[in-house]
Amino acid sequence: MSDLTRSTAAALADRLAAGDVTSVQLTEAHLDRIDAVDSRPDGRGVHAFLQVDRDGALADAAESDARRARGEARGPLDGVPIAVKDVLATRGLPTTCGSKILEGWVPPYDATVVTRLREAGLPILGKTNMDEFAMGSSTEHSAYGPTRNPWDLDRIPGGSGGGSAAAVAAFEAPLAIGTDTGGSIRQPGAVTGTVGVKPTYGGVSRYGLVALANSLDQAGPVTRTVLDAAMLHDVIGGHDPRDSTSIAQEWPSFTEAARAGATRDMTGVKVGVITELAGEGWQPGVMARFQESVDLLVKAGAEVVEVSCPSFVHALAAYYLILPAEASSNLAKFDAMRFGLRVTPEGSPSAEDVMRATRDAGFGDEVKRRIILGTYALSSGYYDAYYGQAQKIRTLISRDFDAAFAHVDVLVSPTAPTTAFKLGEKLDDPMAMYLNDLATIPANLAGVPGISVPNGLADEDGLPSGFQVLAPALADDRVYRVGAALEAIHAEQWGGPLLDKAPELETE
Amino acid sequence: MPEITRDEVAHLATLARIDLSDAELDHLAPQLSVILDSVASITGVAGDDVPPTSHAIPLTNVFREDVVVPGLTAEEALAGAPEVEEQRFSVPRILGEEA
Repeated sequence: MSDLTRSTAAALADRLAAGDVTSVQLTEAHLDRIDAVDSRPDGRGVHAFLQVDRDGALADAAESDARRARGEARGPLDGVPIAVKDVLATRGLPTTCGSKILEGWVPPYDATVVTRLREAGLPILGKTNMDEFAMGSSTEHSAYGPTRNPWDLDRIPGGSGGGSAAAVAAFEAPLAIGTDTGGSIRQPGAVTGTVGVKPTYGGVSRYGLVALANSLDQAGPVTRTVLDAAMLHDVIGGHDPRDSTSIAQEWPSFTEAARAGATRDMTGVKVGVITELAGEGWQPGVMARFQESVDLLVKAGAEVVEVSCPSFVHALAAYYLILPAEASSNLAKFDAMRFGLRVTPEGSPSAEDVMRATRDAGFGDEVKRRIILGTYALSSGYYDAYYGQAQKIRTLISRDFDAAFAHVDVLVSPTAPTTAFKLGEKLDDPMAMYLNDLATIPANLAGVPGISVPNGLADEDGLPSGFQVLAPALADDRVYRVGAALEAIHAEQWGGPLLDKAPELETE
Repeated sequence: MPEITRDEVAHLATLARIDLSDAELDHLAPQLSVILDSVASITGVAGDDVPPTSHAIPLTNVFREDVVVPGLTAEEALAGAPEVEEQRFSVPRILGEEA
């Protein structure tokens, strides 16, 4: 395999700056890798991408090289290619959200995150696979077929952003963008041995991100290293007047925070272990790796205490009322009138008949389940008992975080309760699927930032697990500092990154 | 905890403008009951003294200057439409045939 595709984005940025590689070479190397592993005639490709934009990416790369030759590089990542989750609008490039209802839709505008990537000079390789409208934890709910986990092609890559995580894990892209509504960046990171960051709510613009649940959605970096995630966050983050929930403040450099963490010195850092995120249902091998990492942080100088967040036990239930409620309202826009699929029944159907037939044909099972559930939760007679209660639980969860962060700098837990399960195993058992997000959901409900870093392989199955670090709202720099420290400590122990242990994928 | 019946699911599907087939109703109704049963645990957890949270990071009155900025052209806005006529979205009849 070409060392260009094995390199970190930070190393590629250095080589571009030194002039010993061009963006066109880099982009071609990644496009070749996509050709070799993403789709195979036997159906056992990774299938991380729904759309590959070879011509667009190479044109962007050529422009980047020309800029750099003129001494006008726009920043360190100018020329480093990236993959974008198919839930972000890309002008001129199809955006489907993994749904048949948007098949072939070409947005007339760019999401702000995409605009910032273009302005910073990152060629966009293509759009990555996802659970339909980001509803799921396995990428199996994509209308275009599942993505496979590069560690074991018979297993799920997590979800909803399994495509972005698998793309970086399979060395098809050095960087990717994900979105995290209940764990869709962090949980795929955990089960693919990669890094994923959910920024503080409002830290990255949601303009042009097709909404699942507006009060929970947040876009963020999907990478192989903490430093790469920090560099990408520095590019996409910051205030955007087009998103009225965007936070209008200056952010510190996350790149610097990651570099500071890489010194491995955790002296003076207070770490809280969340007691509620353990016990029944948690895979022993995942817990064993977690405890070892906690011990490593202590050895690095951190002070570790146990912290109880009693309302977290209600987080999953609150989430599965708030999310469907918001989603059922958001997806009302798919009405077959202005964009997307239109199915016209026979006879002389009314607009409403067309709408109903289109939504039946265009939405998959999970989307239908959640729309119906949300419609129920918002119905008169049930509103107070369900949606109203869920919003109050949200307050209690924020209070738990506030109380915890009064005593500790960061909170930690395993990112997901288990390693990657087999494709098909939980597809028709919604509650079993929902339990994957147990540890990641509280951060979305409270708007706080979180990172998942690779945390070694579980003994039972030899598959990756993740270590989650959560920080107070606006203190995203802390997740980069602690995440980078743990990553550096692990690299020393393992003799390299965790992904070095992943099996080689067969190439054509 | 009221179980969600097949008829109720059919009614909710009508409200949500989704034509569910009989097979889909048979499939979805029991699954929705299981989900509702699981989330029902929160009923009564928080008392009247707990205020609801709609957004984790509260913001109020986000204003911008009242200035014209470029938007989509009509062609761009119509580019993804299933049917277009005279620079407008063309839609099926809205009223009943008797009207």
